Amino acid sequence: MTNIFEPEWEGFTPGRWSHTSINVRDFILKNYTPYDGDESFLEGPTEATTKLWEQVMDLSRQEREAGGVLDMDTKIVSTITSHGPGYLNQALEQIVGFQTDKPFKRALQPFGGIRMAQTACKSYGYEVDPEIVDIFTKYRKTHNQGVFDAYTPEMKLARKSAILTGLPDAYGRGRIIGDYRRVALYGVDRLIEDKKHQQDTHFVRMTSKNIRLREELSEQIRALGELKELGQIYGFDISRPARNAKEAIQWLYFGYLAAVKEQNGAAMSLGRTSTFLDIYIQRDLEKGLITEREAQEMIDHFIMKLRLVKFARTPEYNALFSGDPTWVTESIGGVSVDGAHLVTKNSFRYLNTLNNLGTAPEPNMTVLWSVHLPRNFKKFCAKMSIKSSSIQYENDDLMRITHGDDYAIACCVSSMRVGKEMQFFGARANLAKCLLYAINGGVDEVMKVQVGPKYRPVEGDYLDYDDVMDKYDQMMEWLAGLYVNTLNVIHYMHDKYSYERLQMALHDRDVKRYFATGIAGLSVVADSLSAIKYAKVKCVRDENGIVVDYEVEGDFPKYGNDDDRVDSIAVDIVRIFMDKIRKHHTYRDGVPTMSILTITSNVVYGKKTGNTPDGRKQGVPLAPGANPMHGRDTHGAVASLSSVAKLPFRHAQDGISNTFSIIPDALGKSTKVFSGELDLDALRAEAADEQNAE
Amino acid sequence: MQGYVHSTESFGTVDGPGVRFVVFFQGCPMRCLYCHNPDTWQPAQGMVMTTEEILMQYERYKEFLKSGGITATGGEPMLQMDFLTDLFTKAKAKGIHTCLDTSGICFSPENPDACRQLAAVTDLVMLDIKHIDDEKHRRLTGQSNRNILAFAEFLAAEGVPLWIRHVVVPGWTDDAASLEALGHFIGGLKTLKALDVLPYHDMGKAKYEALGMDYPLADVPALAKEDAEAARVQIMKGLKARLLEK
Repeated sequence: MTNIFEPEWEGFTPGRWSHTSINVRDFILKNYTPYDGDESFLEGPTEATTKLWEQVMDLSRQEREAGGVLDMDTKIVSTITSHGPGYLNQALEQIVGFQTDKPFKRALQPFGGIRMAQTACKSYGYEVDPEIVDIFTKYRKTHNQGVFDAYTPEMKLARKSAILTGLPDAYGRGRIIGDYRRVALYGVDRLIEDKKHQQDTHFVRMTSKNIRLREELSEQIRALGELKELGQIYGFDISRPARNAKEAIQWLYFGYLAAVKEQNGAAMSLGRTSTFLDIYIQRDLEKGLITEREAQEMIDHFIMKLRLVKFARTPEYNALFSGDPTWVTESIGGVSVDGAHLVTKNSFRYLNTLNNLGTAPEPNMTVLWSVHLPRNFKKFCAKMSIKSSSIQYENDDLMRITHGDDYAIACCVSSMRVGKEMQFFGARANLAKCLLYAINGGVDEVMKVQVGPKYRPVEGDYLDYDDVMDKYDQMMEWLAGLYVNTLNVIHYMHDKYSYERLQMALHDRDVKRYFATGIAGLSVVADSLSAIKYAKVKCVRDENGIVVDYEVEGDFPKYGNDDDRVDSIAVDIVRIFMDKIRKHHTYRDGVPTMSILTITSNVVYGKKTGNTPDGRKQGVPLAPGANPMHGRDTHGAVASLSSVAKLPFRHAQDGISNTFSIIPDALGKSTKVFSGELDLDALRAEAADEQNAE
Repeated sequence: MQGYVHSTESFGTVDGPGVRFVVFFQGCPMRCLYCHNPDTWQPAQGMVMTTEEILMQYERYKEFLKSGGITATGGEPMLQMDFLTDLFTKAKAKGIHTCLDTSGICFSPENPDACRQLAAVTDLVMLDIKHIDDEKHRRLTGQSNRNILAFAEFLAAEGVPLWIRHVVVPGWTDDAASLEALGHFIGGLKTLKALDVLPYHDMGKAKYEALGMDYPLADVPALAKEDAEAARVQIMKGLKARLLEK
């Protein structure tokens, strides 16, 4: 790397980041200004912000009225440079750039699968240009086609029965976070130079692995060239580093924008940008170049853009995710490995957008929580949570051990070092259904066909714990193998036909790849096994001898009450299934991990899962993530959370989620009863004054 | 020592200061018409727990409870006086903040010794005064308020901090004279630290239905928050008047 201290860096403390290698973490740690104060410095929205947001609200209303989509591209295939500039109101926007040539117009992204793109268009009354369909059917293979060419009949059946669910085989896998900060800090030219150096210094023996890497690096360099062009389309020269806060935000956003123009991923997360950008804002504030009001305005406009990221998706896809999520996750706060917290004023500014622009699910503001965060920031988080219900919390003290202090969350729980680690997103295996397969010898209880291996089904009227566990173990063994292999096919094809060239250009060359599997239905499984063990569960069979319902006689311990008798079952299942996953070969030496995470898709999974031995009926949603089943945790929040906290992170390293809702009144007395106590002496004096006044 | 516990709540936020571990004692001699825990009335039912078991559970959650403590409620905790005193004595020894949520009905002015022992290990009493007028109190709860008021005065004399709770039930406890009289009474309690005036709600209804019981206040509408605030003003009026008395 060139050993030049760029003029744009004036005022920054140099270090490895400026003289040795691309190293954003080093830049942050050497230059950030921790903030321990409270939120009183924050500014409200400017007139421009309010005006722009009103325009957005109006467009949102129009979009709703139009049935969910306002406009769609049907002719131009979305690439980094496919569209001219788009604006809301150019004169007012501090930060610019849309995925297409205007806001609310959804791009055409057929590389994941042309059929998905066609269905998405058709559902909203649009028709993809026949020529495009022709190209992506006859001449340019898509990821989806590749996957189905390689799928085995068993894989297709498991997919259909939904024992494997939400597989990214027809849409972009997402969950890759480019280090968009690099664009701002180094400028694109330096990144290209670095990539060329990477290409010049890797193994030259042309094994398929090295050929692939060489091709990918060429693609990455090409994508960076296009990124520069994207800047030019909007009138910016992003080949050089950003020289002030506004440019830094804009450069960074161009990096992200290029990614969402290229990929329609299931989760297109932003990374960990607030403290990085604070360094630029702080420098400008100190130089007197901007005011706090202007700083907040830039952040507001940036966040506004992130809220307007939209993809063309099918109604089925939206049903799976209960909405139209983009998972633009931004990770805020956390603590460095040497123990200093990473909260800056900009951490507050990001959360303040929930005041200035109102509450919204995107971007997914995620606070990396540590007991070591400054008290004022904790208080502000609590206040904003009560106000907006829009903040996600993740345990930084837990994740920092594995991922250091410059990781970010992709989607909702997946942690990865920014620019150094990525993951192969693996959707999830439905372990509740797997238990039913164990009972029925591989026969699907809803479709009534043989999906799993034809093992011996459960016999007799009552379920026996040891017998069921034994069968379940074998069925999980089968499922884990099938699952990993299915994912191997998917990710091989995604790399081949829908490679994330720009996002990977904003990574190091040698990245660590996580092979991120997931499970659904954990609490149903734990409660079902608990019912079998501690109560009596009678089987109800249909005319073909398939067990289709269960009668539970007696009571049993339920997961979510801090009761080790059942919580230990949940812990065991997590460990057992993860160990089975670990036995299998993973594509590109992916490091296997697992998440317990469904936040919304548990509703759809519940529809496809028959009656379960815990008394849950077919169609009733599975609990989200690692949550206890609805209404079964009866000992209060701490007991409920304690059950969840027992799940071993080392066997669920891709994350464990728990959705927690509480009505504000249940968080304590809103009046001053508990804090402002009656002071009888003061009251006496007050009463005396009142008497005198009369 | 062991006693009967209806249930425990690991995240109590409305039963005393901070986040608290709440123990619902089984059994209550009162039959308040608006009681929303009728399932805790019958004594000698529910779970049998030892004080050690309760404190062990507390210890598990203490990270969350640092700013709070333990609250005994019910049912009527004082119905199991020895069990309660044992629990609080052991809790105090561990430095845990103890709070007693009680109706005071079990207090006997003729025999205050047991209560004196309890008072010594209680950091805070939340005393629920249902009605200041004895006759109306009987109609509302099935019991006289004589011992309850005596308990309040006893606690004040013992120096135990007091929070007074009062539920405003439309047509039952909301007449201005009674509210003022209540204020006048509590104004004489030297350890009074807070007054919590709660609007009557009918969320207990469902429980009565589930238990196959008639809900006695079926015709009484829930009270608006603002009306409870107005009632508080009335009580404060009586309270201030008392403070001015020499």
